[in-house]
Amino acid sequence: MMIIKKLKIKNRLGLHARAAAQLVKAANQFSSEIHVEKDGENVNAKSIMGILMLAAVCGSEITVQIEGPDADVAMIAIEEMVDDGFGED
Amino acid sequence: MASAKINIPQDTFLVGIGSSPGIAIGESFLLHRDRLTVVRRSISAEEVTAEIAIFKRALKLSQAQLREVKDGVSDRRLVDHLYIIDTHLLILEDEMLINDTVELIENELINAETALHNTVQKFKKVFAGIEDEYLRDRLSDIESVGDRILCNLTGETRQSLADVDQQVVVIAHDLSPADTLQIDRSKIIGFVTDVGGRTSHTSILARSLGVPAVVGLETVTALVPGGIPVIMDGTNGTLILNPSELTFREYLRKKQDYEYQEKELLSYRKLPAVTRDGYHVSLQSNIELPMEISLALSQGTEGVGLMRSEFLFMGRPVPPDEEEQFNAYLEVVNRMAPHPVTIRTLDVGGDKFVPEINLSDEMNPSMGLRGIRFSLNERQMFNSQLRAILRASASGPIRVMFPMITGVAELRQCLECLEKAKMELRQEGIAFDEQIPAGIMIETPSAALIADLLAGEADFFSIGTNDLIQYCLAVDRANEHIAYLYEPLHPAVLRALSLTCKAAQKHDIPVSMCGEMAGDPLYTLILLGLGISELSMNPAGIPRVKRILRQVDRAAGAEILDELLQLPTAQEVALRLENRMATLFPDLFGDPTL
Repeated sequence: MMIIKKLKIKNRLGLHARAAAQLVKAANQFSSEIHVEKDGENVNAKSIMGILMLAAVCGSEITVQIEGPDADVAMIAIEEMVDDGFGED
Repeated sequence: MASAKINIPQDTFLVGIGSSPGIAIGESFLLHRDRLTVVRRSISAEEVTAEIAIFKRALKLSQAQLREVKDGVSDRRLVDHLYIIDTHLLILEDEMLINDTVELIENELINAETALHNTVQKFKKVFAGIEDEYLRDRLSDIESVGDRILCNLTGETRQSLADVDQQVVVIAHDLSPADTLQIDRSKIIGFVTDVGGRTSHTSILARSLGVPAVVGLETVTALVPGGIPVIMDGTNGTLILNPSELTFREYLRKKQDYEYQEKELLSYRKLPAVTRDGYHVSLQSNIELPMEISLALSQGTEGVGLMRSEFLFMGRPVPPDEEEQFNAYLEVVNRMAPHPVTIRTLDVGGDKFVPEINLSDEMNPSMGLRGIRFSLNERQMFNSQLRAILRASASGPIRVMFPMITGVAELRQCLECLEKAKMELRQEGIAFDEQIPAGIMIETPSAALIADLLAGEADFFSIGTNDLIQYCLAVDRANEHIAYLYEPLHPAVLRALSLTCKAAQKHDIPVSMCGEMAGDPLYTLILLGLGISELSMNPAGIPRVKRILRQVDRAAGAEILDELLQLPTAQEVALRLENRMATLFPDLFGDPTL
């Protein structure tokens, strides 16, 4: 199963240290391959360096691509996290 | 080290930014953070497996060390900052870092140190190209982790603040989060750093821990060796090297006074800010970041008299949308309830820097497109800010305040914008406070001169003394050649204040003050005489101002104000006021050495 979805970063500091760490930790709980793309740069969501290198600031759009047995649950978890602004503010 | 010690003359004074108040007297401890030297060594194909094992062992060791730092933090005040260690732990497990390094070892047949070093360098290049300042700064996290692994590879031991076994003043280029989280309050009595500002990580941590800090000393690590006697004053940003006995005694007394006063002032926190004749002055806080609210509450604040909204706009390419601003304002309102919060609309320009908003180069920025002029020029952005403020007003008492108003026409334009935002919300059926007070900053001479006209149309005034003094006296205080002309007690400033307050009283609108004068106890009595009913300041200043208020009355304020308004020069005004305050409060203003 492969799911692709565009998400918008809403929290003020963007995918900074705290938010990136949360995202990577969440991604690592799933067996699916999870990739995030922004402006043509595609990185593994299970790598903090990759996520940080995306430099996804507040307001930027990312494309999340998940392939694997638990892709649907993984997408729900990640989408919720991003939409919720990583629990900030 | 010994030679450097001899080279420093007695009583060498260095001045930086005092970012956490208090005085520390002790020995310097220089935290070495030199670049590690990496020695490139070629390995044979047979050695590859062993070299990779060495690398993995260093990763494991680094992990264990960071876990230890994390587990060692029990101080409740530091728990909020632990996520930084989590980030470092994730970097240690990162497949990009590990795989790239392992590949380099395998393909180029080089030792682990060189391979790791090259991998980190590669990431550094990518990060250097990131435009967002905050995200670019994450490079320091990767470097910090890289250095830790390198140390574990080479067996080199780095100085850690956890190893300090006597009371010291730490001198460092900068302190990493892991460094600051490891400090033992009974050992580390002060922080001094080359870099940093009032809102840097070290400063915020120092304030929440109550450790004095002086930052932004630029080259202090090059000048000061470890193990020499130093004195630091985090209140005014001074660092004194090799103090003479005289200086030592002076500061020992200052330190005792400070500690005694702090203890005494603590008892004022819960007492009301009421004068002897029963007049209540609301003591509020100037706030920049939501994380400053706890400190403000602990000092007994009665509200936020100035919430600067600029922080929301800092260091990002796109201005925050309405939703994001709404959430930020809502957090402040909820945490301050039932106390009021005064939100100032975006005040950029002059000394503030907002890179994403393209202010074309101006010859004279402080007189250019800034403050309300900027907002009126960017109506859409202004509208989202007003809508966000209005929406938050449904949850608690909020006042909206416009900065840098110079005339009635400008104020009317602002009120029209506010009315438009209200209309929209009404149509959308979104709740807000219909009675939300809309006031203005009095910070230009023109506003002070026509205060009577403005008072007829604004719901309140808030005097911003920093800019008012600067514009009244035509003095740029950042210009060192004329900084001496920046005189808060100049007769022109006193008259501007008096005009403003009289006009407000005539129209029966409240006047607050949110500039530096509001938090300086020297001026409390004259501000009372002016009839200012709210003073908003750096939260740490509240207990001191409250102490003055509780021991004076309005008549004494009016009396000294009348006297001062007759004097011709700033020097004479200052002398008269200082003498009066020293008579009333010898322990606060009297200098026994005189």
